[in-house]
Amino acid sequence: MMVVLLLSLYWTFFKIGLFTFGGGYAMIPLMKEEVITRHGWLTATEFLDVIAIAEMTPGPVSINAATFIGFQTAGVVGSLTATLGVITPSLVLLLLLSRILFRLIRNPRAENFLQGLRAAFVALIFLAAFSLGQLAIIDVPTIIIFISLFIANLFLSINPIYFITTGAILGLIFFPF
Amino acid sequence: MPKQPVSLLSLLLAFLKIGAFTFGGGYAILPAIQKEAIDNHKWVDQATFADILIITQSMPGQLALNSAIQIGIKMRGIPGGLIAAFGVTAPSVLIILTVAAFFFPIYRDNIYVQAAFYGLRPAVVAMIAGAAVRMGRDILCGRNAVILCAALLIAAVIFQIHPIAFLTAGGLLGLLVCKRKMV
Repeated sequence: MMVVLLLSLYWTFFKIGLFTFGGGYAMIPLMKEEVITRHGWLTATEFLDVIAIAEMTPGPVSINAATFIGFQTAGVVGSLTATLGVITPSLVLLLLLSRILFRLIRNPRAENFLQGLRAAFVALIFLAAFSLGQLAIIDVPTIIIFISLFIANLFLSINPIYFITTGAILGLIFFPF
Repeated sequence: MPKQPVSLLSLLLAFLKIGAFTFGGGYAILPAIQKEAIDNHKWVDQATFADILIITQSMPGQLALNSAIQIGIKMRGIPGGLIAAFGVTAPSVLIILTVAAFFFPIYRDNIYVQAAFYGLRPAVVAMIAGAAVRMGRDILCGRNAVILCAALLIAAVIFQIHPIAFLTAGGLLGLLVCKRKMV
């Protein structure tokens, strides 16, 4: 049973690593689909909390999220399995298949494929924000937090950790204790 | 490029430092890697780093991880790549394990932690929505790309398509629609 769970964790995060282009939040839609909808490893609210924790701790967000979800699902072994899964595609492509990879990237059609792929990512990330937003933006204070940080994020090029921290502080101020 | 080969230990230490002390995810880690590899150690020059970034952005995987592995490979081949990947990943794993195993279960039911998460959740959604807008602003330059994105958005709302199938469809449509470079 444990072996099946670990294999499932590895395969799931392998797919997440393989279909994340351009970094940042590109992994959110697929991670959400696999972890919440397909496997039910986390609820959508827990997923948001994990992303918040992943943002507040040092290191790449998707690696942090993989470690956390792996731990919640199958303990320390699970966390290592999920992390290994999410970094395997990068390792294989760069360490073993770099020649094929570089030739593919230089192909002019690759640019067209990537353009279409990125357009799809924009649509998916937008939808993920919309569906997660319904759980997070629930009353007047959370609406204000969302709108102010969303606008600030668009116009200020500063480290996202400041926005996240601001969110936590505003939460402590506005929470209906 | 250095005349003497870079030691694996100094590669490891540099990437451990980046992994352990850089907050804010991939877009914050890239400048940290740039500073460490170009300014501090002079392992690569600006032009090489720019090439690395182009490859990083055109391939699957984490931005920070992909850049780290490529610098590791350039310095010391496959062992260098593995060491760099380990360095940038290991601190995350240790820190997250500590949080997940010790702090999270204890503090989860604490009212102040609840309050912080009450504000953190809309903040995270704001970051995700912001990422969609920023990414759209950067890439949707041509008319075709905007139409494609809008069509995909409508399709995604109407049909429950798995993200992988959806992304593949987007890429294939890109081959058909994006005849010219949309820059």
